[in-house]
Amino acid sequence: MKVLYFAWLKAKTGVAEEDLDPPAEVATVADLMEWLKDRGPGHADALANTQAIRVAVNQEYAAPGDAVKAGDEIAFFPPVTGG
Amino acid sequence: MIRVQRSDFDPGAEISALTQGRHDVGALTVFVGLVRDMAGEQRISSMELEHYPGMTEKMLERIEAEARERWALNDTLIVHRYGPLAPGERIVLVACTSTHRAASFEACEFLIDWLKTKAPFWKKEHGPDGDAHWVEARGSDDAAAARWNRKPGDAAE
Repeated sequence: MKVLYFAWLKAKTGVAEEDLDPPAEVATVADLMEWLKDRGPGHADALANTQAIRVAVNQEYAAPGDAVKAGDEIAFFPPVTGG
Repeated sequence: MIRVQRSDFDPGAEISALTQGRHDVGALTVFVGLVRDMAGEQRISSMELEHYPGMTEKMLERIEAEARERWALNDTLIVHRYGPLAPGERIVLVACTSTHRAASFEACEFLIDWLKTKAPFWKKEHGPDGDAHWVEARGSDDAAAARWNRKPGDAAE
């Protein structure tokens, strides 16, 4: 799956996007966030406060319990501030 | 129509194009958002607007479709910029045309309110000393967007 980070999540993780192949037990958005925290201190810091993060799965807003699977595009970002 | 672009836009040219050759339009409402040089007490020397290519367009198209379903509009246009922006520069344009003014006023306000809470853009402000911070989402924007939520039992307009 392709994982994208925007705004301060990109700054903290140090990556804009990465191609990852998480184990089968990573079935939901919440599972993925927990698994990603183990990728390093930057990821752990970026994903520490799940309340402050919005998620999109295949460019649709998603909730923590929503499913993720191989081939998905998952994006993590702060609440939006455009306009 | 929606456009996401790095370059500036000309509001006059945009609204001329929207109404060119049409005799069914009785009302045109336009909102243009600009970069301020102050954020509360803090001086802003420049701004960087990041977006999520692909999802941004998808969300703007959905917001536009929602407006056209709710109000009787002739046309709608959303132009939103990204990239580096200086105080005084234009960020966003929302324009709606309709037969009578009520629909275009309401739809224009709806579009900017929903855009601010749903379209994936993020502002980073730079101060005069080189300090920079990501702008935090405002509760007042959420409240402005929420007033357009349909209540159960609302008739479709």
